[in-house]
Amino acid sequence: MQFPKDRFNYLFKSTKGLILVAIAMIAMETAIFGMLSGPMAEYGVRDIVVRALKMDLVQAEREGRIIILYHSIAMAVVAIETYMITSLLKMKEFYKTAVRVLITVGYLFAMIFGMGFAYWGHNWAFHGLYIAGLSLIFFAGVLLCIALWPWNREYYLTDKNYARTKKGFDLERAAFFTTALTTVLSALFGAVPGSFFGNGFETFLAENIIRLPEKTPMEYSVIGHLHIMLALIAIMITLIIGRWLNFRGILHKIAMPLMILGCIVLNLGVWGVVTPLEPVAHMIIYVGATPSMLAALFLLIWSWGDLARAGTAHIQKPTFFHKLAALVRDPLKFGPTWQMLFMNFTTSGIGIFMAVKLDEIFRLWPAREERIELTGHWHALSAIIATIILFYYGDMLGLKGKIRQLYGWCIIFFSDIALAAVTVFEMKRLFIGQAVQQPLVNSLMYAIDFGLGMLLVLLAVVMIWRLIDLFKKKGRWAEETGHELSEEVAK
Amino acid sequence: MKRTNDVSLRGAFCATKQSLIARRLLRAIALAMTLLLIASCAPVDLNAPIYDYDTRVDINAWATIPAGMFLAGQAAEPTMIDFDYEMMVTDVTVGQYVGYLNFALALGDIKIEEGKVLGYYPGDEFRGAKHELEIKAGDYILIPLDDPISRITYDGSQFQINFSYANHPMTNVSWFGARAYCQFYGSRLPSELEWEKAARGAADDRPFPWGYEIARNNANFYASRDPFENMSSYGSRTTPVGFYNGRTYNDYATLDSASPYGLYDMAGNVWQWVGDVLPKFSDRFMHGGSKDTYDMDLRIWVRNSAPPFYYGPDVGFRCARNP
Repeated sequence: MQFPKDRFNYLFKSTKGLILVAIAMIAMETAIFGMLSGPMAEYGVRDIVVRALKMDLVQAEREGRIIILYHSIAMAVVAIETYMITSLLKMKEFYKTAVRVLITVGYLFAMIFGMGFAYWGHNWAFHGLYIAGLSLIFFAGVLLCIALWPWNREYYLTDKNYARTKKGFDLERAAFFTTALTTVLSALFGAVPGSFFGNGFETFLAENIIRLPEKTPMEYSVIGHLHIMLALIAIMITLIIGRWLNFRGILHKIAMPLMILGCIVLNLGVWGVVTPLEPVAHMIIYVGATPSMLAALFLLIWSWGDLARAGTAHIQKPTFFHKLAALVRDPLKFGPTWQMLFMNFTTSGIGIFMAVKLDEIFRLWPAREERIELTGHWHALSAIIATIILFYYGDMLGLKGKIRQLYGWCIIFFSDIALAAVTVFEMKRLFIGQAVQQPLVNSLMYAIDFGLGMLLVLLAVVMIWRLIDLFKKKGRWAEETGHELSEEVAK
Repeated sequence: MKRTNDVSLRGAFCATKQSLIARRLLRAIALAMTLLLIASCAPVDLNAPIYDYDTRVDINAWATIPAGMFLAGQAAEPTMIDFDYEMMVTDVTVGQYVGYLNFALALGDIKIEEGKVLGYYPGDEFRGAKHELEIKAGDYILIPLDDPISRITYDGSQFQINFSYANHPMTNVSWFGARAYCQFYGSRLPSELEWEKAARGAADDRPFPWGYEIARNNANFYASRDPFENMSSYGSRTTPVGFYNGRTYNDYATLDSASPYGLYDMAGNVWQWVGDVLPKFSDRFMHGGSKDTYDMDLRIWVRNSAPPFYYGPDVGFRCARNP
């Protein structure tokens, strides 16, 4: 009995084990359900998967299915971020344990029973368990906010290298707290319309109603919810990466207040879409997004400077090329901020360009083109967040030498190829007509499939390695059982 | 000092033996990307020959849709249309549209300017809503003549059909062009609800005109592998109207995919303009999906929309009339 007990303890009680389980669940879900749409459907793979797994797909319920799919993946990502936060930041052991138990049971219920309900007939007990899972995650979020309470003097800082008030109030912790709190509130912002629409038939995808001139508050609420949740997940991963890399110094002191301000204003703007503020809500959102993105930029500047400095410490007068070499020496530490920069090409840049040229260009095209752009845009952001998690996870695994290089650079190259192709695909109508686009579309699809496919292969290799490791008596898992991420923060 | 720097520089890049891996990986990927880029620039022959199939479906036929309840939209809401109406059994074909253009030109209903056929539209009420375009009374584009994918040419006195597209659905036609055609023959564009009822019938909540599931030989959609498709060059092309009627063309067997009222191509081939003009919204809706969309867009309730002057290679229409 010791064998399963030890493994269970590792997988469900240790930080790295919990993260491993969540990544494995996401990888499996992505691999299976990714075969039901896009090129996979085109190649006939969907039909094989549907038959082999005996799925029951009702045409009228496609939108409902997809919403459950997105939620179940998002819940696992939120769980991973929560594991990271509870391992990186100081908090009472009771809260840490309670939050982890609740969110683990919650996301597993949401994922297993949600997908069971959505794709294998309508077992309403499954639906109930799916909702129970989401509720547990919500409750875990509330507890996390309590655990992160930044006004607790126990968590005040004395180190002047970090953003703090004169009295020692930790502004980074306050940023974590603000993001967690607004995430919980924004979850409610989605839960209300979710209940309203969630009978499986009246459901819609936001991109399908985006052009309608008049939307109900519930419809606005759905659109706002999906935008803000993804933004908050991105803000939280930025904070986590900052903590992992030990973001500090003057830029940290500027970035953290900006992060708090940006997060609050961004949320107010999004919630404003269901109030009479709707006409100016977008302006408030821009105002909120700017400081948040500036804070991320400061992290990037600091981190690149730090990597370059650390890598050239032994050289008296390092040249630009020395610094560049030092910057890219460790792809796992360079990768997250590089992806944040790359995001400006695939997501922020596209979003801003679309907003600026909406009436002049994009609204002159069919709605379907706009749908492609919107869907691609947020898929790209989600994928970038996923790759950032994978960089951190690679570091957690203790990858070294060539394996570390290979793992890190593969993530960077494969994901960026896929995401660049997605971006060109979204924007193709700017430079190519529908009747002559096929060769370009084929090439882009190959690039997307190749990039994402290779990423999944890489992930599968890591997962198989970790699975084999679990069967070893003193495998890597045994070492990791007691590790906390706070002990591995960069010095 | 210089020597130290050189050594360090070498060290920096070589510590980086590991970065050798990155460089090799980068080189391989750059090569693959270059090949892909070359492939993506391959020219598309818009005049590639096409099959000339006679589907034996009467393009002049109209189906009667009787008054009564039907289930509308994705949510299958019971909805009443309390009058009989008729709809064309097929989309308007290129041949039919050329006939209209020649008549209308002779009567002075349309004019040709700067490579475009123009016709009069009385305008929409403009409410100044967000993103609303002002559609004033005036002449608007019906079809382009200077577009390389246009299937119609003008020789200075008459409109002519290109190639073998006479029995294919009219494409590259704006909402104005669709409306003008129907109006010319005393009919109109169907409303969204009329279109949905004609596609779905009154008996059930089927997502496709023929039933609940879709096979590749039910309709012309993206990568449906019909004889008119070549995904390595020009992609998907339109099929002749009424193509999916259960007949076999050479080796390609189609399923009879008529709607319960006997209408063909109510899913796939080309998006179909419908007539509704909504307040505060200058876009016009289209239904049915097309040769260029995945099967999910062929579900009866799925909407697409575009400004009324938009035209594209996968947009067509059919008309409705009161009996």
